[in-house]
Amino acid sequence: MKDIRIITANEAAAIAASLCRVQVIAAYPITPQTPVTEELAAMVERGELNAEYLTVESEHSAMAAVVGASQMGARVFTATSANGLLYMHEMLHWAAGSRVPVVMACVNRGVGAPWTILNDQQDSIAQRDTGWIQLYCRNSQEVLDTIIQAFKISEEIYLPIMVCYDGFVLSHASTPVEVPDSVLVDRFLPSYSVSPHFQENEPMNLNPLILSDPRQDPDGNIMPGYMDLRHRLQQDLLAALETIPGADLEFASVFGRCWGGLLWKYRMEDAEHVMVSMGSLASECTIAADSLREQGLRAGVIGVRSYRPFPAEALATALADAETVTVFEKDISYGYRGALASDLKAALFDRCLQPKFSSYVAGLGGRDVRPDQLAHAAKNGITSGPICGWIDVKG
Amino acid sequence: MADMIKHTLLAKSRPAPGEAGKTGDWRSLTPVIDQDKCSKKESCLMCWLYCPDGVIGREFPLQIDLEYCKGCGICAEECPRKAITMKK
Repeated sequence: MKDIRIITANEAAAIAASLCRVQVIAAYPITPQTPVTEELAAMVERGELNAEYLTVESEHSAMAAVVGASQMGARVFTATSANGLLYMHEMLHWAAGSRVPVVMACVNRGVGAPWTILNDQQDSIAQRDTGWIQLYCRNSQEVLDTIIQAFKISEEIYLPIMVCYDGFVLSHASTPVEVPDSVLVDRFLPSYSVSPHFQENEPMNLNPLILSDPRQDPDGNIMPGYMDLRHRLQQDLLAALETIPGADLEFASVFGRCWGGLLWKYRMEDAEHVMVSMGSLASECTIAADSLREQGLRAGVIGVRSYRPFPAEALATALADAETVTVFEKDISYGYRGALASDLKAALFDRCLQPKFSSYVAGLGGRDVRPDQLAHAAKNGITSGPICGWIDVKG
Repeated sequence: MADMIKHTLLAKSRPAPGEAGKTGDWRSLTPVIDQDKCSKKESCLMCWLYCPDGVIGREFPLQIDLEYCKGCGICAEECPRKAITMKK
């Protein structure tokens, strides 16, 4: 019999980390933290999860602690949001450069000032260029499943992964979630216990100062320069465009659920007018697509699941026949436009695709976005695009 | 060489002198010890204690490893007998 529970995405994330038998959890326990780490602390306290739980003094320290623990061979997990994630920024670069398989839940929330605790995706989008994989989830089941997949992916290619899901919309909303059998999770995700960097009695200095050009180490090996390591990081992130869907398919073979790999499609078979978005907003676009279809417009939706690495090829292929493309996103690169819109437009340009392209910023700081607003905005894009606008700004 | 670079994921090294290269060539001023002024006492060794690069030995007469000394001048500043001067 299936174990289906009515839980929030935060509870789903904590259960996923527990099923993955994480060994070290480090988290700053105060706002903007969420009940993810509260749940995990309770599991450790009750003896259900055999993990070292570190309550550190800041998110910067939380990330530093899990990086160190991961380098020593522990499976690690942390979670944060908003300004906490921003405070981690330096250590996010450090984690990616250190090539550690850290998995983190990022509960998407708006960034201060002024203070907000409500949902948008500005926090994780602002970490776009740190070298992390970013996966965006559309519901709580996907959050649970994606965290399990994330450990699989990150431990294969030594890249840290941020599993992003919308604050409150998902994080605090209770929905039915199937909790997988731990025996199956163990089969899908074998234990991670050996540090690739250290052997007993052989001390190593990780991340010493390196200079621009390759150079001999004390043992006479030629070691890469800074730029060579950065090029390798970029190559491996691009290679993750294969690993991410691969892990999703393998997950499907064990658990019977898959989430589209890099992106998912809704009513795209004959779609002429495509809405593109991420997270729960993309889910909401499916309702808007239904209503546009009722009005005789062939509408479809693409949800971007992997934002970094960016599935440029897969998106361009999926949008090859689109007449209009409308992007909805809960972030903005101030002074230009939404980040997803910029990235998608570049991907289309590279393949000489020129659909009528509109993009909207929506739902910042928890402002409600209704499907009828999305449908209306998409329709404006179809009739009078290209539009670069915002939805529902008051005054 | 290209192969080694290609297969290296991150910067690491066995802890050893010179893992960051021969840093002595970063130096603009060079510490010079006046051995007549040095106390030659184990109870002092302030220069050895303060040297951030660990390039001053503990044996008397004291020697500074100029292959790695970056010329920060902390030893000259800390020496209670002003036995170290920084010279061009």
